[in-house]
Amino acid sequence: MNDQIQDPARPMVHIQHVDKWYGNNQVLHDIDLAVEEGETVCLVGPSGSGKSTLLRCVNHLEEIGAGSVWVDGELVGYRLRNGRLHELREADACRKRVEVGMVFQHFNLFPHMTVLENVSFAPITVKNENKAEAREYARSLLERVGLAGREGAYPSQLSGGQQQRVAIARALAMRPKVMLFDEPTSALDPELVGEVLAVMKDLALTGGVTMLVVTHEMGFAREVGDRVVFMDAGRIVEQGPPAQVLGDPQHERTKAFLSAVLR
Amino acid sequence: MVVPVRHYGRMIFAVIVVLAVIGTVYSIATNPNFEWSVVAEFLFSPSILRGLGSTLVITIVSMVIAVVLAVVIAVMRISPSRIISSVAAFYVFVFRGIPLIVLLILLGNLGLFLKSITIGIPGTQVVLIDVPISEVITPFVASVAGLSLAGAAYMAEIVRSGLLAIGRGQREAAKALGLTSSRTLRFIVLPQALRVILPPMGNEFIGMLKASAIVSVIAGGDLLTVAQGIAGTNYRTIELLIVATIWYLLVIIVFSIGQYFLERRTAEK
Repeated sequence: MNDQIQDPARPMVHIQHVDKWYGNNQVLHDIDLAVEEGETVCLVGPSGSGKSTLLRCVNHLEEIGAGSVWVDGELVGYRLRNGRLHELREADACRKRVEVGMVFQHFNLFPHMTVLENVSFAPITVKNENKAEAREYARSLLERVGLAGREGAYPSQLSGGQQQRVAIARALAMRPKVMLFDEPTSALDPELVGEVLAVMKDLALTGGVTMLVVTHEMGFAREVGDRVVFMDAGRIVEQGPPAQVLGDPQHERTKAFLSAVLR
Repeated sequence: MVVPVRHYGRMIFAVIVVLAVIGTVYSIATNPNFEWSVVAEFLFSPSILRGLGSTLVITIVSMVIAVVLAVVIAVMRISPSRIISSVAAFYVFVFRGIPLIVLLILLGNLGLFLKSITIGIPGTQVVLIDVPISEVITPFVASVAGLSLAGAAYMAEIVRSGLLAIGRGQREAAKALGLTSSRTLRFIVLPQALRVILPPMGNEFIGMLKASAIVSVIAGGDLLTVAQGIAGTNYRTIELLIVATIWYLLVIIVFSIGQYFLERRTAEK
C-alpha cells in the first residue's frame, strides 16, 4: 500500500470528521475522536445516541458517509486516491479488520464449535497460523479469562458470563491492536456482570490493550476508563477524565443522563 | 392410590381402528384375485432388482445434483445483486411451476426441437463442443436432469430458509474476525444451517424416490418401468405393482434409519 497516506499524528484510533446517515437520518455528526495506544476510552450515552454505530465504524462493520477512520496510521475500509475515499475490496477490508478485535453484546459465539475451536478458528483460518501453536495460544487466553478446563465445552453449555469471556478470548486470539466492546455486559444476568468486567479491567490495567468500550456500567467507566466520552443524538457532547465527566458534568444533557442512570 | 380417568371413547375408537386394519389386511391377503405366489416370484427377479438399482442410481444422482444446485440458487437468491437474485427467483418459479411429468416428457424428447449442443466462442468460427442431442440425452440423462432441476427448485427454498435462520450476529462476528463472506458461508453459516435444512431435505429425498417412478413415462429403466414391462407380458399388473411398492417402502425404511442417525449427529450441541 504505497499510495496509502499515513496519518501524521498516529494515535492508535483516529476518527476524523465522521458523518453517517441511514437514509435521510443523520446518525453521526462530525465525530472527532483519538484514542492513544494503551488507552481505555468509554463511550456512554442514551440509546440511539450513535455510540454503537461509531464503534462499528472503527472496524468497518458500518460504512461511513464522510470523514475518515484510521487505525494505527492506516485508513480503515477505504483507500485514499486523488483526494477521494475508495471503498476497499472485501479481501483488503478483511485484512485490516484483523487488527481490530470486537466483543458483541450478544457474544455471537459459534454454537457449532467448541470453546477452543471458537478461539483458535480465526487465527488458523484467516491468519494461517500453525494449528498446534494457535491452540496453545488459545488455551493460554482461556486461562487468562478464567476458563481453563472448559476448552471442550460448547457455548450453549456455558453461562452468559462465561460465553462473553470466551468471546473476549476469541477476539484477543487475533492479536488485535485495538479491542472494541459493544455493551459487553448488557445481555448478562446482573450477578454475571462482575466476572466479565473483571476480565476487561485486567486487560486495560495490566494488559496495556487499547480499548474502546460502549457501556452503561458507570462504575467500570469511572474505575477503569482513562477517558469518558458522552454522546447524544449522534454528537460528542463532552469528554474528559471519568471523574470530571461523571462527577462534574458541564452540559445539561450529560447531567440529565447521569442523574437518570446513577439514581 | 390415584385412579386415572378412563377414556372410554378413546378405547372404543382404538378397537374400531384395530378391527378395520385387521379386516383390510385379511381381505387383501386372502383375496383369490391377488396371486401372492406371483409377487413372491418376481420380488427378487433379476429384472426387478435391476430396475430397483436404476431407481436408486437415478434418485441418488439426482439428489446430489439437486442439493448442489439448490445451495447455488439459494446463495444467488440472497445475493445483494438484484439481477442475480431475480434470476434465482425466476428459476424457482419456473421449475416449481412445471409439472414434473411435463418436464420429463419435454427433456426426454429434447431431440425433437434441438438437434445438437454447440458451444463455441462467439464471433469466431471456433467450436469447442458439438454433439448431437440424441447421443447425450439418453432416457437416464433426461430422468436425472428432470428430477434434479425440479428438485433443486424446492430444495433451494429449504436451503434459503436455513441460511436466513442463522442470525446476523453470526455473520458479523465472522466478519469482525476477518473472514470473507465466502469463508463465512462455508465455515459458519452452512454448518449451522444444516441442522435446519436436514429434516425437510430427508422428506425431499423420499419425494425424489417416489417421483423417480414418473420417469417411467420416458422409459427411464427404473423399477416402475420394469414392473410395468413385465406386467405388459403376463397381465399381472396388480401383483407387479405390489412388488414395486414393497421395494419403495423398504428403501424408505432403510433411508429413514440413516436419516435418524444423521440428524442426531448434527443435533444442537
